[in-house]
Amino acid sequence: MTSATLYGLMGAGLVGLGLYGLVVHPHALRKILAFNILGGGVFLLFGVIARRGASAGVGGDPVPQALVITGIVVAFSATALAVALAVRLVEETGRAALPFDDPPTGRAHRAEL
Amino acid sequence: MNKQRAAAVLGLLVLAVAAWAIATRTIFASVIGFVSYGLLLALAWVRLAAVDVAITEAAIGGGVTGVLLLTAYARLRRTDEAHTEPAPPSPALRASAAVLSALVAAGLAGIVLMPVSPAPTLAPLAVDSLPATGLGNPVAAVLLAYRAWDTLLEKVVLLLALLGVWSLAPDLLWGGRPGLRHPMQRDSPLTLLAQLLPPVGIVVGVYMVWNGATAPGGAFPGGTILAAMWILVMQAGLADAPAVGGRALRIVLVAGAALFLAVGLAGFVVADAFLAYPAGYAKPLIVAIEIPLTLSIAATLGLLVAGPPARRPEA
Repeated sequence: MTSATLYGLMGAGLVGLGLYGLVVHPHALRKILAFNILGGGVFLLFGVIARRGASAGVGGDPVPQALVITGIVVAFSATALAVALAVRLVEETGRAALPFDDPPTGRAHRAEL
Repeated sequence: MNKQRAAAVLGLLVLAVAAWAIATRTIFASVIGFVSYGLLLALAWVRLAAVDVAITEAAIGGGVTGVLLLTAYARLRRTDEAHTEPAPPSPALRASAAVLSALVAAGLAGIVLMPVSPAPTLAPLAVDSLPATGLGNPVAAVLLAYRAWDTLLEKVVLLLALLGVWSLAPDLLWGGRPGLRHPMQRDSPLTLLAQLLPPVGIVVGVYMVWNGATAPGGAFPGGTILAAMWILVMQAGLADAPAVGGRALRIVLVAGAALFLAVGLAGFVVADAFLAYPAGYAKPLIVAIEIPLTLSIAATLGLLVAGPPARRPEA
């Protein structure tokens, strides 16, 4: 097993961990944080593809590498906007959590609306 | 063999830190875990021979995102007086989320374990065309020559995100300064750090931009380091955040994208397409774009961390 494959497995694991955190944490900030961990895993998979494409005297394919640099900056922009929205949500409602829709209470919610 | 061992150790370490950041109880601990995760991930990028990405990940993924989350956490703690920790989801929901996430991870792992052969690559093409750009760093050539269009749009995305953040301000605060004024503490280590570090950091940032044409670095990592220095100075209270209504500030914010766009449009006339550089002038034009681009990136990142206007504009 090459070391690139090991990093690929690590990326896959990070996507799984991030997805789990995104689903189970009710707090908005923790959802944003989990989403960033998920994103780090996706970027790492790009890095593995780049590493496997090493040729012509460079250590990795520069095209996926450049895509990841763009991706990191765009992910940061989205994170900053999401964080500002979360802060505003707390200022408006006093709650930082998005409510869960369990099947029974979900129906009650709809009845209230 | 040693490389595989290093990869395995680093991989397990990153996964453990990420798992801890997800599982820990408090938000504060989770953010600290996330910053460590970003820095360790940067090491993995070095091992994958992607030093440009490693610098960007360490600076933005770990550093600036960490500061952003910590600032937001501090603001939430002030506002959220009841400290109502939301109820955790039911065990059944957690179990099904775990199964779903494990399935997604297993699917991705399967793709990683079954690579296509020969691996698809654009590296030979990127390296062969390097002399035409006058650059020595193939990643910089992709960012500013072959796929300059992506980089231009990325700069626009940054500005759109900043507009989105600013638009969350209540009407009467529009045009004012973001965040609360951080009081300066004369004898705190933060003040000392904010006085010692910026001269070094500014030199490193400028060096990265200048050297980015031939070595790892470039406008985005360089701009991020400059932004980090600015954020440090603002957090220590040595300088106040600028009012978002200021004309000079807005010119700095759009200068990078505007010049990039102007050079791109000029490409129709002096070269044969949008964002095409005339032969022989590629490198000087790229460096000329990178300088205002770096300043715009640094200003935008710093203001994204500072948040929406929170004080009334001074009359």
